Amino acid sequence: MTAYRFTVNATPVEVDVPGMRRLLDVLREDLALTGTKEGCGEGECGACTVLLDGAPVDACLVPVCQVAGSAVRTVEGLAAESPALDAPPSPRELDPLQAAFLTAGGAQCGICTPGMLMAARAYLDAGGGPDEEAIREAIAGNLCRCTGYTKIIEAIALAAGSGRPA
Amino acid sequence: MPVEPPVVSPRDLAEAYAALSGEPGDPPARPIAGGTDLMVALTGELGEPPERVVDLWGLDALRGISIDGGAVVLGALTTYTEIRRSALCREHLPGLVEAAATIGAAQIQNRGTIGGNAANASPAGDTLPVMLALDAEFVLGSARGERTVAANEFWPAYRRTALEPDELILRVRVPFAPGREVRFRKVGTRRAQSISKVVMALAWRDGTGDGAWTSVRLALGSVAPTPIRAAATEAVLEGRQPTPETADLAAETLAGELRPIDDVRSTAEYRRVVAARVLHRLVREAGGW
Amino acid sequence: MTSRIEPPAPLVVPPETVVPGRARGVPPVRREGPAKLTGAALYADDIVVPGAWYGATIRSTDAHARFVALDQDPAFDWSQVVLVTAADIPGDNIVSGIKADQPILVPIGGEIQHHAEPLALLAARDRATLRAARHAFHVRTRRLKPVFDPLVSTHEFASYTIGTGDVDAAMGAADLVLEGEYRVGHQEQLYIENNAMIAVPRDDGGVAVTGSLQCPYYVHSALKRGLGLDDRQAQVIQAETGGGFGGKEEYPSMIALHAALLSRKADRPVRMIYDRHEDIAATTKRHPAIVRHRTGVTADGRLLAQDIEVVMDGGAYCTLTPVVLSRGALHSGGPYRCPNVRIRARATRTNTPPNGAFRGFGAPQVEFAAETHLNRIAERLGISPLEIRRRNVYVLGDTTPTGQLLRESVAGEEVLERAAEAAEFEHLRRRHERERAQRGGSGTVPGSPLRTERTRLARGVGLALAWHGAGFTGSGEVKLASVVSIELTGEGRIRILTASTEMGQGTKTIFPQLAAEALGVPVDAIEMAPQDTAIVPDSGPTVASRTAMVVGGMVVSASRKLRARVEEATGGRFPDAYVPYARANGGVRVDERFEPYPNVSFDDETYRGDAYPAYGWAACVARVDVDLDTGEVHVRDVVAADDIGHVIHPVLAEGQVEGGTLQAIGYATIEEIKLRDGRYLNDRLATYIIPTSLDAPRISTILVEAPFSGAPHGAKGVGELPMDVGAPAVVAAIADATGAWIHELPASPERVLAAIAAVPAIAPLPPGASEPAAR
Repeated sequence: MTAYRFTVNATPVEVDVPGMRRLLDVLREDLALTGTKEGCGEGECGACTVLLDGAPVDACLVPVCQVAGSAVRTVEGLAAESPALDAPPSPRELDPLQAAFLTAGGAQCGICTPGMLMAARAYLDAGGGPDEEAIREAIAGNLCRCTGYTKIIEAIALAAGSGRPA
Repeated sequence: MPVEPPVVSPRDLAEAYAALSGEPGDPPARPIAGGTDLMVALTGELGEPPERVVDLWGLDALRGISIDGGAVVLGALTTYTEIRRSALCREHLPGLVEAAATIGAAQIQNRGTIGGNAANASPAGDTLPVMLALDAEFVLGSARGERTVAANEFWPAYRRTALEPDELILRVRVPFAPGREVRFRKVGTRRAQSISKVVMALAWRDGTGDGAWTSVRLALGSVAPTPIRAAATEAVLEGRQPTPETADLAAETLAGELRPIDDVRSTAEYRRVVAARVLHRLVREAGGW
Repeated sequence: MTSRIEPPAPLVVPPETVVPGRARGVPPVRREGPAKLTGAALYADDIVVPGAWYGATIRSTDAHARFVALDQDPAFDWSQVVLVTAADIPGDNIVSGIKADQPILVPIGGEIQHHAEPLALLAARDRATLRAARHAFHVRTRRLKPVFDPLVSTHEFASYTIGTGDVDAAMGAADLVLEGEYRVGHQEQLYIENNAMIAVPRDDGGVAVTGSLQCPYYVHSALKRGLGLDDRQAQVIQAETGGGFGGKEEYPSMIALHAALLSRKADRPVRMIYDRHEDIAATTKRHPAIVRHRTGVTADGRLLAQDIEVVMDGGAYCTLTPVVLSRGALHSGGPYRCPNVRIRARATRTNTPPNGAFRGFGAPQVEFAAETHLNRIAERLGISPLEIRRRNVYVLGDTTPTGQLLRESVAGEEVLERAAEAAEFEHLRRRHERERAQRGGSGTVPGSPLRTERTRLARGVGLALAWHGAGFTGSGEVKLASVVSIELTGEGRIRILTASTEMGQGTKTIFPQLAAEALGVPVDAIEMAPQDTAIVPDSGPTVASRTAMVVGGMVVSASRKLRARVEEATGGRFPDAYVPYARANGGVRVDERFEPYPNVSFDDETYRGDAYPAYGWAACVARVDVDLDTGEVHVRDVVAADDIGHVIHPVLAEGQVEGGTLQAIGYATIEEIKLRDGRYLNDRLATYIIPTSLDAPRISTILVEAPFSGAPHGAKGVGELPMDVGAPAVVAAIADATGAWIHELPASPERVLAAIAAVPAIAPLPPGASEPAAR
């Protein structure tokens, strides 16, 4: 086995695993970062979305051998502080995008939420604004079954600064 | 839980060719580009997973978009996102840009590649009809050197390509055609993240200056075991102006030459009728009536 | 050699955010929100259990067969795996439910009744061994003749007849009699988190099962029966659950039993985490149904007689079918006054995987039929769909076909008018009428389906109205005898103990909210005990939109009792007195048992009386664009008006309406399961299609409050109501755009194009039908 070196949430890591192991499994099992979820294993639902060198990808479709030297960002890297294991983070520890989801009701069961946040994060980092159609396109690879997407779009528009989808 | 077959990540083409061939007794290797097709195969539910993998992602020789002579040249590892953002593609290959925008969504577009789409050879591959309609050529490489295969010879049978087992797609050459018009239409199962029921690319030129279509190319996916050119319909459109009569005849001809199937996504009759109607609409829009 | 992740350096704390436009007063922030937003919330597959083995299920590939033998390849080292068959089941080989007909595992020599039926279980230390073991099995069967058509099947799970008046005489006097047959297919709940269970052996010979589930005590009963355990030995703990929608109402009992059996035999923890393919292939779906209407009306559209037949496909085992059918039967006439009604409903067995609970629970199927039928009647009479409903919708004082007098909490008219007005329904209808006239056709050239018309997109608007009985049908709630407890601990903490689960609807936010309001304390002072059967009493299942209404009502009552007790004892106000009181006196616990609603009674034998204590009411107006070239339907926006009695938390309530509406839109347009030989062909997310954000309409929600006096807070439940109206509104909009009525769901592009081009061969098989395997 080769050791693959990359960063996760700005922290350098090194993993000794088969190169064809899915980045999703490396994150969840080898690095104990279970925030990224598996919904389908076939790149359809986006629950496993992480940022790879800033671009949203489905971690279930990325073999770790292709991550060497790259920067991976997961939902655990969004908040100001890593949540303590025994106490949930307080609302004040959330980043503005997470805080917007909380206020607007963008998360119900929460299973799509980590992937959704990463897709939204990439959209906002690329300069995305409160335009409703653009937001819908940005999250088109993230399936949600609970919310109808309405409050997710509101939350992302809120985080984009204007408060109301255009 | 997916399998994790052994993989090598060559740093240059020579290493890649050697890895593809492997040692005597090695099981056949499958190359992986962005992984959007191959990684799903690892679950073993969609046929046998690969036993040995060659990771192409580190081969920068397979990247880049440039102009060479009269063609846009795209490295095999060009992603759909790169195609969409490329000024060269937007200017010269708008049909390909449109096709790239209909594939998956952001996550898939960031990883799926033009070479992977071609090599996977799905009858529903969305860029494949565009390659056919634009007379694209695939430049293939192996330890034995390079060769070029035209798109309309690249997919000889269901999920098969013209690639030898020790060959890789290096790049795609898409010739310019000044004055060429291209139309693309995908009828999918939903508005994103969808496999097509019918996908069509239509190209023509106004070669004679009087509005009659010349150099007509009509390519479709999801209506046959491979992406196809609708030769009989092309013949009907060739030399004709986009009038209602032309549209009617072309639609009838297309419906007559297609042999689609029923499958989990759609019915044979839907595909046949919709392909004809989509073509009829494209001719109508071009004719402005 | 793997590094652990160190937490990143702390960043600046972001400022508070306020959502503009929420002028109702800021509702409490979701208690369970932050953990979900940071990835800290632990769903079953996130839980690390040292030493746990992985479990898998060997399933039938036949729809109907004799299970002859399970052959194991002798070349495989079977000492590495644990194998469980029916012979290993210590208790009853029954998944406990309404009828004791579903085995946990088919015994060797037994009869396989559906594709993907569980035959045996395997556990191994790692997944590679598990995979190898699965390939080293060979299942031998002898095929039996399957039955796939519920109309042909003679094995009935349940039947109901509801009637009032003289239907045949009234039909004879009607100005118009219209018939119609409507068919709906399977719908998969498609929670984004697959079914998952982890079983851990207990020291007392029992098992503790943690997993994704809606009803801890259903699983608890199943474990007791299947493993022969007592109340304490069987322990069920709900993990964070990534969606349920009914799909995790009864199915978790099966997977929990499987995990528990493996852990018992392996004497170690076992994880069973389904992948998406197995989840779709093997778990319950919405019941397909065929609904036939024969309706007599006056020339001005008043209902005189309804003759309705409902046939539901229960799949291979009974599961919850009698209750689904019951709700379906009771709602099948729609929310309308009609003096002569005959409803005959039956559910039959087919050799397909058993169907079960899914949001709406029988009502979406029958209300699609009822609403579409009424819309067709309106069209036939030249009356607006809005006007015909005004003339027939129940009002206060009306009587339902079971003889229930609607004494209060009736808001059908209000939701109807509010939705129609907000959507500008009549204005849009007139506009579309003009557009249709200009187009001069349905988008196809008669007799020439290959030719397009000038216009490609046609716009349509459609309206539907529904009622939804709140809580359990009939005496169900009384039988459940639910319990909720409020505990004031010796340290002065306040805790709610309930088995009601959180799965996105916000249970862990609204219960503390209700208790805090009743007690007069800040919401943060209220805790919720974990949903662990070792800790909390049986509050009944988290289904039937009963959580806010029934269990929430009990939270309020219990809180009021606690308040009264402390205030009586101390002479002070609860907020000031409770902490000193608790510390001085030790803990106090109030156990609130469900009290039947006054003046609500139902006879289960005759099906007469008050079928539900109250009804919720919903109206929906949907706007669509239909692509006349391809039959594709894009739902552009939806106005949903829902009467939920009392809005406890506006953001959460709206979320329920929005989510339910989109599930109904999916049901109406793109969610389809095709079958071959009784096997689902759409068994991956690439082939079972739910709406993406680009498919989803804009949804505007209007919350209406017609309180129910039986509930202390007036709330009636919201979860399922929006599911009943979305599909018929979309189908009506398609008809408005194209002139074509689609009688089957989903109204897929194939069915729409078949209708508008008049080419039946374009359409697939009817929904729920199984094609034979290719020979």
